[in-house]
Amino acid sequence: MKIAKARLEVSAEQKKTMLVRTFVVGGISLVLVAGIVLRLYQLQILNHERYATRATDNRLVTQPLAPARGLVFDRNGNVLAGNKQVQSVSAVGENIEDINALLERVREILPFSADEEESFRKRLKNTSRPGEKVILKRHLNDVELATFAVNRYRYPELSVTTETLRDYPMNDLMAHVVGSVRQITKEDLQRLDPIRYGATMFIGRRGVEKFYEDALHGQVGKRTVEVNVHGRVMRELTREPPARGRTITLHIDAMLQRIADEALGDRRGAVVAIDPSTGGILTLVSKPTYDPNSFVMGMTDRAYNHLINRRDTPLFNRATQGTYPPGSTFKPIVALACLSEELVDWEEEINDITGEFRLPNSSQVWRDWYQHQSGRGQGKMDMYRAIYRSSNIFFYELSTRLEVDGLARFANSFGIGRATAIDVADAVDGLMPTKQWKRETKGESWYRGDNVNLFIGQGDILVTPLQMATFAGLLANRGEWIRPRLLMSSDQPIELGEAFTRSYPRIEGPSEDDWTMLVDSLRAVIHRGNEGYLQNGIAWAYIGMDIPYEMAGKSGTVQVVGIPYGEELVEEPREEYKQEHALFFGFAPVDEPVIAVAVVIENGAADGGGGSSVAGPVVRSVIDAYLGKSVAVISD
Amino acid sequence: MTETLSVPSSRPPFTYLIEAIKKNFNLDWTLLILLACVATFGLVILYSSLGKDQMALIKLIVKIAFAFGLMLAACSISPQTYFRLTPLFYAGVIGLLVAVMFIGETSKGSQRWLDLPFLPRFQPSELLKLAIPLMIGWYLCLRSFRMNFLDFCVVLAIAGLPTGMVLLQPDYGTAMILLLGCAGIIFLVGIRWRWIVLVVFLVAASIPVAWLYLLHDYHRTRILVLFDPDRDPQGAGWNILQSKIAIGSGGMNGKGLFQGTQSQLDFLPEGHTDFVLAVIGEELGFVWCTLLLVCYLLIFMRALYISIQSSNGFGHLVGAGIAIIFFLCVVVNVAMVVGLLPVMGLPLPLVSYGGTSAVTTLVSFGVIMAICTKEQWMVKE
Repeated sequence: MKIAKARLEVSAEQKKTMLVRTFVVGGISLVLVAGIVLRLYQLQILNHERYATRATDNRLVTQPLAPARGLVFDRNGNVLAGNKQVQSVSAVGENIEDINALLERVREILPFSADEEESFRKRLKNTSRPGEKVILKRHLNDVELATFAVNRYRYPELSVTTETLRDYPMNDLMAHVVGSVRQITKEDLQRLDPIRYGATMFIGRRGVEKFYEDALHGQVGKRTVEVNVHGRVMRELTREPPARGRTITLHIDAMLQRIADEALGDRRGAVVAIDPSTGGILTLVSKPTYDPNSFVMGMTDRAYNHLINRRDTPLFNRATQGTYPPGSTFKPIVALACLSEELVDWEEEINDITGEFRLPNSSQVWRDWYQHQSGRGQGKMDMYRAIYRSSNIFFYELSTRLEVDGLARFANSFGIGRATAIDVADAVDGLMPTKQWKRETKGESWYRGDNVNLFIGQGDILVTPLQMATFAGLLANRGEWIRPRLLMSSDQPIELGEAFTRSYPRIEGPSEDDWTMLVDSLRAVIHRGNEGYLQNGIAWAYIGMDIPYEMAGKSGTVQVVGIPYGEELVEEPREEYKQEHALFFGFAPVDEPVIAVAVVIENGAADGGGGSSVAGPVVRSVIDAYLGKSVAVISD
Repeated sequence: MTETLSVPSSRPPFTYLIEAIKKNFNLDWTLLILLACVATFGLVILYSSLGKDQMALIKLIVKIAFAFGLMLAACSISPQTYFRLTPLFYAGVIGLLVAVMFIGETSKGSQRWLDLPFLPRFQPSELLKLAIPLMIGWYLCLRSFRMNFLDFCVVLAIAGLPTGMVLLQPDYGTAMILLLGCAGIIFLVGIRWRWIVLVVFLVAASIPVAWLYLLHDYHRTRILVLFDPDRDPQGAGWNILQSKIAIGSGGMNGKGLFQGTQSQLDFLPEGHTDFVLAVIGEELGFVWCTLLLVCYLLIFMRALYISIQSSNGFGHLVGAGIAIIFFLCVVVNVAMVVGLLPVMGLPLPLVSYGGTSAVTTLVSFGVIMAICTKEQWMVKE
């Protein structure tokens, strides 16, 4: 007891030391707390602004809101391009640890095809933005949706999203008019406005979708949301709704388009119909065609390669990008050019006895198409008859009177060699040769023989079906220019540049009489009949005998394979792709034209057929349908 | 039977017990009120940090009330009892630590928890905050508070053995606090200043060695992000960066209770445990952070004040030692949260969510009140 007490007692000296040291400890604690308070002061008062900003950056996220893409209608209110909502299962690449394992697990409840898998993997590798949702399976039906919902907890990487997809209800019918959209890629984002396209998944690729991309896209909206650390949206703080893209109505007439499409059938070619009074493009068919919906969904490499490697090139827009020698359809322009220059008049006659033509001091022989059939000429020929009989000899003769550059200037004013349509995406210029052009591209001077070929629309000259329809409309308008266009109206005005909307002056040169006579001769091509073979319009037998309205037109049959100088065209069975193209343009009614149509059928003139017999009936059925006078077409 | 019945009616049952309690009931009201203030403050901030979870709040209130009950019980036990039971208690805690090494539960990469039947899950290392000061005090009593080199080594061993076991769990924060607490007690006993200088020098010299050979890469990263959290903002720097953002964005008056974006949107990790001060800083601002720190300081001062009034060296030494460890817990946690020390996984006493911590803290103060008595007491042999 004593000892224990002694142990507990502290000596006075020791006690003093301990007391002093306790005070030292207390002092140290004061210093420590003061230090920490100073640190708090630094963080909370001195640097408050900086940390407050960072806290805000942490929790606030501004998300772009994609606008709904504008709708596209035809003139009768049929939807050509719309939007539809589909339920899809998608994943964010960053959340996937093992893609193979994931797909294996998904397969247990949600079967997907090899194509879907391939395109999923492809898109995952090429996502354009971080955190982008990539779709594994689209268009879930109710059973699949329910199955997935039940098993959802097993697939935290996946989510069900409602997507707005572009929808082309007419499928392949309007592919070459409306075009298609495709998913935006990384490369696209580098050139696109990053804010405007911040939430957009699709961009116009071809056709109207491409040309009116700006108007159809609409204005992006945005919202500010508060997110937690996992990125989950807790609440929406502000919202600027997106503005839907323009709703646009095209001049296109879906019914007429369908008729033109059916009239072409399985043949390769193009049909373009224009209302000459407005320039409105009523029909723009190019065949073969494709289903634009398949571009919306994203194709597998295999499907895409198949599409682009097909020999008949379904993605190629023959109506706006296909270029063909115009052949005899060019003759009316040549005629007007020579008439304006007063190098010929309607009275002058030549006598075509042999059906052959030679340039002075040349042994080279050019023949009339009739000479190939009969070995003879077509007899006495003036301008009027040269057109309804499509005489080559008459135009060979004219080729000696007018220089190529003079013709080129005139043809240019008809829109040959340049794209004149206001709003047709990727329409090409075609080619109107000149002396300078030949020197620059071929390094040769212009030969007299080149002129001979050119004056019957052969040789280097190339036009698109759209250009053919355009000059058909010009002939129908007797030289009054109204540029072709697709857009008829839009819910709000669409601003196009001045270059697009500039109007062209009336064609100068031909007199009033020239126009009247020319149109009449084009009318005779179809209506002049029962006069004996050599006196009938060359299309009469095919489309003119039963025609209940007044129509004017011109045929053309053009060689695909160039014939070298000094050689004859060998009449032997040729491979399909080497057969002549069949061309025809027409407009009706003659006095007050409401429609001008051009048709090109590639390699269509097999078995001795030509523009009149092959392409003519297609023009006729389109015009018949448009005028509402459906009359059976007699095809021979 | 008859004996029980023979107890006179003027002396009801439990009278002995009540008298014993009355005799030894050394409750310090000042300390109690300060502790209650901090604990209440903790409840409020945890209610916010846990997303207004009322069930969790009720559970917490029950726990805290239980801990205060234990504190009252602890301050009613005679100092002699503590003195006598100290070696046994110390040995028991060592035994529990051994048990942790074998059957302990692992959480967040360290094996700290023990889940024994009939007891709530607890961390035996928390008990060391009580056991080590008691054991050192007890030993120094035997040596009459004079230390030669051997005593110094024994004292170091008393603290070092369990601390080593804590390091193995690993729990660097607690180990550091225990060693510093031990150093504090040795300092109080009156170790010579030149020894102190020597120790400080040795520690300073060992820092580069530790940096090169003892620390893992992730330790170094943790220390490096202290100076520049933005060097790895998504990884090692995340906690400290988000904590600083939370505190800094709180400003003078805070964003308001329940209004903290960092805490409510889970940017701040461990907002209800180790980083609870960041929630206070964000929602209540500089003013309340400082008030809380002042409260802690007052508790510490009051505990020191009680300890120096002890009638003997045991009370003084153990009381001050326990208080030092408590205060170190506060300082290290706060320094960690404000980005002055690396992240070590230490709770803020009385405020952080966690049962063992609150119980040991309050019981510790009960022990301080019990043994730091002005009355003379002796150990009966």
